[in-house]
Amino acid sequence: MTNDAKMLDPLEIAEAWHGQGRAVALATVIETWGSAPRPVGSHLVIDGEGNFEGSVSGGCVEGAVVGEAADVIASGLPTVLEFGVADETAWRVGLSCGGRIRVYVERIDG
Amino acid sequence: MQLSTLEKLNEARSARRAAVVVNDTSSGRAQAFIEGEAFPAEWEAAISETLRSGRPKLSALDERSIFINVYLPPPRLVVIGAVHISQALARLAPVAGFDMTIIDPRTAFATAERFQAIELLADWPEDVLPTRPLDRYTALAAVTHDPKIDDYPIRAALEAGCFYVGALGSRKTHASRVERLRSAGVSQEAIGRIRAPIGIDIGAASPAEIAVAVLAEIIEALRHRDPAEQGHAT
Repeated sequence: MTNDAKMLDPLEIAEAWHGQGRAVALATVIETWGSAPRPVGSHLVIDGEGNFEGSVSGGCVEGAVVGEAADVIASGLPTVLEFGVADETAWRVGLSCGGRIRVYVERIDG
Repeated sequence: MQLSTLEKLNEARSARRAAVVVNDTSSGRAQAFIEGEAFPAEWEAAISETLRSGRPKLSALDERSIFINVYLPPPRLVVIGAVHISQALARLAPVAGFDMTIIDPRTAFATAERFQAIELLADWPEDVLPTRPLDRYTALAAVTHDPKIDDYPIRAALEAGCFYVGALGSRKTHASRVERLRSAGVSQEAIGRIRAPIGIDIGAASPAEIAVAVLAEIIEALRHRDPAEQGHAT
């Protein structure tokens, strides 16, 4: 992997952050329906302060995943989140592209 | 996921070895397995399938939800020729996620000053490639126009099943190349896989523009491969 790519690689970042003593959660797209911005397997890494790298969507749901990651970091219990189509009138978090995704969030322990 | 699992995965990825992680999304348990290792019997079929397809798999087992993620080696680009186009490629390819290596025996071209932060080997491809074999996760672009330098690596790339083989040169240059390869015993099917003239047609004129056209063609070849061979990006 190139240095440029490594700097942007969520799994390398997860390991580096953990090495710095930061609490780390890893989010992974595990299922998509319809038009989804990031393929199954894509990662977002989040630390205990809410810093994040990588992506599980085109920026639509990352904020919500980061919020949930705080709970996962606190409890150590993994969770699966589901996001559907955005509903602007309800101010619900969602995907404007019309797809649906499921995101698995787990804590890195060690 | 345990840190040790993440470390094992990252180590395999930097060594260009395919790996999978089997996640139990209910319990948070995760195990990493590297291509070539013995897999536990209950996962063997599913792991082999994801390694072959390059596609992650979500399945249910005894009311548990199991997600198998797969990590194929990142694509690599080998460029034959330390020319002006290669200088532009050396800056573009790393941003697009490619490991890039340049091979050119002509020491006047292959200087560290012209190519920074890129692996540069000032040797004949005949000497370099046996020690650093090409594979199906590798693209090869031959851009010297010189048959003495280009022909051997082109044949080696076709034999190794590189996902992209491109060769610079006019239609006339390519016609003579095809003749030489044919007399050397390369099959018509293999010769047909060479992308020449090199690069997608965007009317590229400058060396930097040609580099963009070549990189775009490489990405197209990577993403439009047979789905059974398709990689996936993290």
